[in-house]
Amino acid sequence: MVQAAKAGPTKRRGKATATPTPAGTRNSTGAMTQDQLLQAYRDMLLIRRFEEKAGQLYGMGLIGGFCHLYIGQEAVVVGMQMCLQPGDQVITSYRDHGHMLATGMESRGVMAELTGRSGGYSKGKGGSMHMFSREKGFYGGHGIVGAQVSLGTGLAFANMYRDDGAVCLTYYGDGAANQGQVFESYNLAALMKLPVVYVIENNKYGMGTSAERASASKDRSKDGAPWGIPGEQVDGMDVQAVRQAGMRAVAHCREGKGPYILEMKTYRYRGHSMSDPAKYRTREEVQKMREQHDPIETLRRLLLEGGLDEAKIKTVDDEVKSIVADAAEFAQTSPEPDESELWTDILLEAR
Amino acid sequence: MGATILMPALSPTMTEGKLARWLKKEGDTVAAGDVIAEIETDKATMEVEAVDEGQITKILVPEGTEGVQVNSVIAELDGGDGENASHGPEQPVSNAVQAGGETAKVAKEAEDYGAVAARGAARKEGAAAEHQPAAPEPEKEWGETRSITVREALRDAMAAEMRLDDKVFLLGEEVAQYQGAYKVSQGLLDEFGPKRVVDTPITEHGFTGMAVGAAFTGLRPIVEFMTFNFSMQAIDQIVNSAAKTLYMSGGQLGCPIVFRGPNGAAARVAAQHSQCYASWYAHVPGLKVVAPWSSADAKGLLRAAIRDPNPVVFLENEILYGQSFECPVDDDFILPIGKAKIERKGKDVTIVAFSIEVGLALKAAEKLAEDGIDAEVINLRTIRPLDTDTIVASVKKTNRLVTVEEGWAFSGIGCEVAMQVIEHAFDHLDAPPVRVAGLDVPMPYAANLEKLALPTIEHVVDAAKSVTYRK
Repeated sequence: MVQAAKAGPTKRRGKATATPTPAGTRNSTGAMTQDQLLQAYRDMLLIRRFEEKAGQLYGMGLIGGFCHLYIGQEAVVVGMQMCLQPGDQVITSYRDHGHMLATGMESRGVMAELTGRSGGYSKGKGGSMHMFSREKGFYGGHGIVGAQVSLGTGLAFANMYRDDGAVCLTYYGDGAANQGQVFESYNLAALMKLPVVYVIENNKYGMGTSAERASASKDRSKDGAPWGIPGEQVDGMDVQAVRQAGMRAVAHCREGKGPYILEMKTYRYRGHSMSDPAKYRTREEVQKMREQHDPIETLRRLLLEGGLDEAKIKTVDDEVKSIVADAAEFAQTSPEPDESELWTDILLEAR
Repeated sequence: MGATILMPALSPTMTEGKLARWLKKEGDTVAAGDVIAEIETDKATMEVEAVDEGQITKILVPEGTEGVQVNSVIAELDGGDGENASHGPEQPVSNAVQAGGETAKVAKEAEDYGAVAARGAARKEGAAAEHQPAAPEPEKEWGETRSITVREALRDAMAAEMRLDDKVFLLGEEVAQYQGAYKVSQGLLDEFGPKRVVDTPITEHGFTGMAVGAAFTGLRPIVEFMTFNFSMQAIDQIVNSAAKTLYMSGGQLGCPIVFRGPNGAAARVAAQHSQCYASWYAHVPGLKVVAPWSSADAKGLLRAAIRDPNPVVFLENEILYGQSFECPVDDDFILPIGKAKIERKGKDVTIVAFSIEVGLALKAAEKLAEDGIDAEVINLRTIRPLDTDTIVASVKKTNRLVTVEEGWAFSGIGCEVAMQVIEHAFDHLDAPPVRVAGLDVPMPYAANLEKLALPTIEHVVDAAKSVTYRK
């Protein structure tokens, strides 16, 4: 992924008239239990606090290179993960910390990879964009925009080949959705009826280019229509709506009906990466999203309205805080990889 | 317990910046995510967001201050109920140079790339200058042989491995119902069915990525490119996904896959369809690159490539497909990747070639013999890892080197072979090595021009004579 700080004027550009709730998206009817809602709240909050801490460590120079934060989009991965069962797979792009935490990967290992330490998931050799966990079904973490879409199609191919009933969630953004290999993948998956859910996380900007300026397709959920792939637009700021749509999509795949597209209407609060000054949109636009559509705040209010004790939420808040503090501590105290690691993991020994 | 707000770094290279504006004042309460200040670097203006919640008790750096060092304290925060948030290691171990400590020392040392490379090289076995060649093992004797075409050898290799391991499957354009664009996969659909012999649409980028993804799960795909020219559509998936993921995952995610198909010049198909990719793929750590010549090479090496747990680029040659060679009939016949073969023993000059040029080199050697020059011909078989031991041992005997390849000389395989010889046997050389290669032009269509662009027996003979100082 190539990116650079935006040069030049500090004058703000971009439209202040964003439409935060997309028309025509499905809303939830509250099918989740109070326990499930609390679990979702906890999982989303963990991602939020983890990313804030990552941003802080980046600011301290402890995390290098590119660091793409997921803040604002938490409902997408948390809602989708609730639709999966063991053996299913997840693959995504470089904005991947949230996906890892959602699959159950340890905060410590993820944060230590960000700081390039031996305790990281890739022993410090992959960094922010390249982490994996076979155990949790997480296949990366890929730095080339769009590459994960054909790779995810391949994970689904393997599920079909093994006939094991597993489903692959393949995530990518509105920017990647313009890559040629995405459309090649739609065709392959539809031809072969592969069990893959294509989850487009439309956060409105591919780096600094708004989705309107990047694609003539105004409804990405219909991108698979020429191949007969069903799709829906989903309010990606509402974890219940995400889960419901995810259930429909995953069931479709598991029944052997082939691929499914979910376009998640979501929003990232932070820049594309840490060094993005985000001059392509107004502060008001971001602020409006945060105040009116924040997935975590919305759920918190819902829980309280549902009669949950505020002290219970405070317990969750504290638990999350201590997990993140522990991860940050681990990420700073885990040693850098031994220099001998330079030469390992290039090739496997032949049998 | 209070917390401090530090001047953040907004890019890996930022060391200082201007605190342009405070958006909060002393006494204000902030929550995580609130924008509290704006800072400017030479590249951009960026917002600083609060990480902890609490009340700003003191602003230490007024707005408009230039040259504020990264990590210096710019404000103090009363902890609010965020005691846990300010918790951190007692002694932060920072890999930022400015943070000091042992890691800083390492980071500083790491900036001396030369020293790090030297240390790294010293740790890699066999990378040091004092290279000790292993005693060459004689090639296993496989007994009875029969004559088969290279095309049949490739098909038999795939069929044999598919019978042994149901995780092996073939996919590509026209591999199944059409029986292979060059008929290499003839009969495989009948034996293994459409699940394991998979026709794809013309969509190299997509199906290559799909095969790599399947390989990540432990399946063992064989990807056929109708010709390697079309692998350019998919080179990102070969280089960035297949070759690097094992390393980037710290050893977790291997990619057992074979990319195979005809490579190099065919006949009269012009520039876009006549090109050798040996040098392109051999450049990449994490890939193995194999280039067979004979039927035995094709069968033995393809079986090894399919069994290999790593991505293998297997470069065939269309013109060789129809040629027949003796090949062992033993059901277990296999050849090791990484071992060259001395096709003809000689003492006066070493000729190193691969793929179709091995045949050319052998014919040149016969001509040279008529003139009293005894050439040793090495068939590389594998380009990466290169069998430097066999090449070096030969040059130590003949003291002269000629390389032959169909591809362009510039940054070609001949360069690497010659450089290995220079590094490991410089004192044994009695003449500068000579490269015979395709001319440095896109392949022309016209029959006469095409002929001129490719290596000939005469080129090899002339090169051998020049390094032996014979007329």
